[in-house]
Amino acid sequence: MRPETEDEIAAALRDATGPLVLRGGGTRALGAASGTVLETGGLSGVTLYDPGALTLVARAGTRLAELEALLASEGQRLAFEVPDLRGVLGRQGDSTLGGVIATNASGPRRVQAGAARDFLLGVRFVDGTGRIVKNGGRVMKNVTGYDLVKLLAGSHGTLGVLTEVSLKVLPAPAAQATLVLEGLDDAQAVAAMAQALGSPFDVTGAAHWPGRGTFLRVEGLAAQVAYRAGRLQALLGGQIAPDGPWAEIRDVAPFHDQPGDVWRLSAKPSDAPGLVVRAGAEAVLYDWGGGLVWLRMAQGTDLRARLGRFQGHATLVRGTGWPVFHPEPAPVAALTAGLRAQFDPRGILNHGLMG
Amino acid sequence: MDMPAPNAVVLARKDRIVERLRAVLPADAVISAEAELRVYECDALTAYRCAPLAAVLPRTTAEVAAVLKVCHAEGVPVVPRGSGTSLAGGAMPTADAVILGVARMTGVLEVDYPNRFIRVQTGRTNLAVTGAVEADGFFYAPDPSSQLACAIAGNIAMNSGGAHCLKYGVTTNNLLGVTLVQMDGTVVELGGPFMDAGGIDLLGVICGSEGQLGVVTEATLRILPKPEGARPVLIAFDSSEVAGACVSDIIKAGVLPVAIEFMDRPCIEACEAFAKAGYPMTEALLIVEVEGSEAEIAAQLELIGEIARRHAPVEFREARSEDEAKRIWLGRKSAFGAMGQINDYMCLDGTIPVSELPRVLRGIGTLSREFGLDVANVFHAGDGNMHPLILFNANTPGDLERCEALGAEILKLCVEVGGCLTGEHGVGIEKRDLMGVQYAPDDLEAQMQVKDVFDPGWLLNPAKVFPLAASAGRRAG
Repeated sequence: MRPETEDEIAAALRDATGPLVLRGGGTRALGAASGTVLETGGLSGVTLYDPGALTLVARAGTRLAELEALLASEGQRLAFEVPDLRGVLGRQGDSTLGGVIATNASGPRRVQAGAARDFLLGVRFVDGTGRIVKNGGRVMKNVTGYDLVKLLAGSHGTLGVLTEVSLKVLPAPAAQATLVLEGLDDAQAVAAMAQALGSPFDVTGAAHWPGRGTFLRVEGLAAQVAYRAGRLQALLGGQIAPDGPWAEIRDVAPFHDQPGDVWRLSAKPSDAPGLVVRAGAEAVLYDWGGGLVWLRMAQGTDLRARLGRFQGHATLVRGTGWPVFHPEPAPVAALTAGLRAQFDPRGILNHGLMG
Repeated sequence: MDMPAPNAVVLARKDRIVERLRAVLPADAVISAEAELRVYECDALTAYRCAPLAAVLPRTTAEVAAVLKVCHAEGVPVVPRGSGTSLAGGAMPTADAVILGVARMTGVLEVDYPNRFIRVQTGRTNLAVTGAVEADGFFYAPDPSSQLACAIAGNIAMNSGGAHCLKYGVTTNNLLGVTLVQMDGTVVELGGPFMDAGGIDLLGVICGSEGQLGVVTEATLRILPKPEGARPVLIAFDSSEVAGACVSDIIKAGVLPVAIEFMDRPCIEACEAFAKAGYPMTEALLIVEVEGSEAEIAAQLELIGEIARRHAPVEFREARSEDEAKRIWLGRKSAFGAMGQINDYMCLDGTIPVSELPRVLRGIGTLSREFGLDVANVFHAGDGNMHPLILFNANTPGDLERCEALGAEILKLCVEVGGCLTGEHGVGIEKRDLMGVQYAPDDLEAQMQVKDVFDPGWLLNPAKVFPLAASAGRRAG
C-alpha cells in the first residue's frame, strides 16, 4: 500500500485486517516485523519553511535529502546530524523524514545539541484505529497538554503512522575544527572526552575510533572555533585539523562490509570502557563522549547476557536471535504495553518489534 | 473557574483517611488542622483558592509510595505540589484532595562531573541545583524566573523554560531520568545517566504532564560547564515591528545568543519607574545576551551590532563592565515586581512563531483597547514565548472576569497565528477550558488515554489540563 494523503492512511488503518509493516524509505528500520507493507513515501512535501523562525514543517514521507538541500540553501541544517544507516544495514533507498523521527536517529552532535526528539516541535499521526491525532505545534516552547511528540519520536512505528512533522532547525555554523588525539586506550579516551565535554569550549562531537584516534569537534564563528580548538589543545594536546571523520563516525563506517552482528549501546560514559571489555566485541566505535558505543560482535552473541546489569540499554541493530530492543523492567514494560493497547488496540502496527 | 464538586464520601471519611496517613508517615508529616491547611489553598495563581482535605510532607520515595497507596485504596484525589509557584493553578487542590508536597525532599543524591549529571530529590529548588555544582564550574541550564523558589518537581511537571532556553533548551531537554511513583504506589525508574530511551520515551511524556501521571521524587539532570563569560547588549527601537524583524535577522545570521528578551513601551515605562535602570524611553527594547571568552563575546556582539544597525536602532548599548551588565538586566528582571506595584496583573505565556511577532503585538494592542485594560509585553523573543501582562484591579467588581476574557482572546490570537496557549507555565486550571481552541476532541482524547494508562482511576491532579466536560466521564466521584 502506498497512500498519498493522511486521509488515505487513516482509511488504510481503519480497514486493515492484519498486521502492517510501516516503511518510509526502508533505510533504517530495525528488526523484522511481518505483515502488509504500508509505505509513507507518497505523503511528501514541505508544508512550511520559516527560516527566520527556525522552523520546518514537512510531510512524513518527504525525502531527507530534499530537506537537507532546502535547509542548506538558507544556510541552515538539522542539528541532530542524522546518521545514514544504509551501509551498516546493507540497505538501498532514500531515507524519509518519518523514518528519521520514528527511530529518533541522532548523530555525533547529539552529545551537545540534543537528539531528533529534542528538535521535534509537533507531529500529526494516525494511530492504529485510523484516528488522526495532532500534538505539539510549530513553536519552540509548548507545554500545552501532554507531550505525545516525545512518545512518537523513537516509537519505531508502534504507536502510529507519522504523517506530518514539525522541526526546529538551526543555522549551520560558519566554521569548524577537530582536535585529534592519538594513541589513547579506551579508558584514556573516555577520560579525555569527559574533560573536553566538561570544559566551557562547547564541544559538538566527541568520538573515539580505536586504532584511528580520538576526535573532538568545535563549531561556530571562525574566531570562536580558532579560540576553542586552541584551548582544547592546550588542555589535551593533539593536533588541530580543519575537519574530522564525522560522517564516517555518524554512519558507523568502520562496520560497513564487515561480518557479524551490530549492537548499539547507550550507557553512562565512564562505564563504557568496562562494558566493552565485558562484551568481548570484535570492534567498537565510541561516540557521544562514550555515552554511545557501537559494537560489532560474533554472529549470534547475546551481548546483554555478557554485560549483565548496567545503567543504559543495548539495541540489536543488525542480527537476529535476540530481541531488538532492550527488555524493560516489568512496571515499565506494563506502561509501554498499556500505551500501545490504547493507540493500537488491535496490535497491527509493526507488531512484535518493540516489547 | 469551575472545579468539580468534592466527593462527599471522601469528605465524610476525613478522620479515617488522616489516621491512615499518620500510620505510614512520621507525626510531623501529616497536616490536617484547618488553619495549617490554609497555606495549601492556592499556588501563585492566587485568584482561586480552596483548602485541601489534608497535606502530607514525606521525606523519601518510600513514604511517597506509602501515601499514594493509602489514597489509592481510599479513592482520594492527590494533588502533587513542589514549591507552589505555579502560575496556572497546577497545585491548587479541591476540598476532597490530599496535597502531596515534596518540599522536604531537597537532598542531593549524586554529583558526577565526568558524566555531567546530578541526581536530586525533586523538592530541591532550581537554583539550589546549580548551587550544588557551581563551585566546580557547572550549572543546571533551565532558569525559570522563579528559580530561587520553584522546585525541580514543579519544573518537571510543567516542563519549565526560562530566559536562556534559546540556547540550552527547556526542562525536557535537560532531564535524563526520574524516579516516578504511580498512583497505586508502584515505583518506576525511567531513564538515568545515559542518553535516550531504549524503548518508548516514557520520560518524555512524564515531563510536562502536570503531576497527572505520577509523582516524581528523584531526578537525574544534565549539568553543563559554565561559560567563560556572558555579556548583554541593549538595543532600542522606535517600533516593535522593527525590533521583531531584528530578532529574526539575528537568529537567521547563525549567531545563537543565549537570550533575546523583548520589552514594549508600557513595560519599559513601568520598569524604569520601579528599578531606574536607565532604559531609553522608546517603543521597544531588546536585551541580547551572548556567552564565551572575551574574544568570542566581542566577535558575536560585532555581528549582532552589524545586524541591528541595518534596522536603525535608537540606541545600541553594550555593557562595558559587570556593573553595566547588571543594569541592563535590572529592569527586565524587575518587570514583574514593577507591574505588581502598579496594579494586579495576569501573566500569559502563549508562544508564537517569531515571524508573527509584529502582527500579534498589533493584535494585542487592539484587544487591549477593546477591553479597556492595559497590557504590557515582556517576553523571550528568541523563541516566541510571549508574556503579555494584563493589568487589572482585583478590587473592582468585574475586572478579573474582564481580564480573563481578554487573556482568552490574546491566547486565541496566539493559536490562530500558529502558536500555542502556553509555552512554559502549563495549563493547570487557568487554560484548561481553552484547550479546545488548540486541540480537536480526538487530540485531547489521545492525551487523556495516556493518563488512563498511568492513573486509570484518575485520582492524580484530576481536574487539571483537560476541560472538565471532556474529562468528566473519567474522573472519580
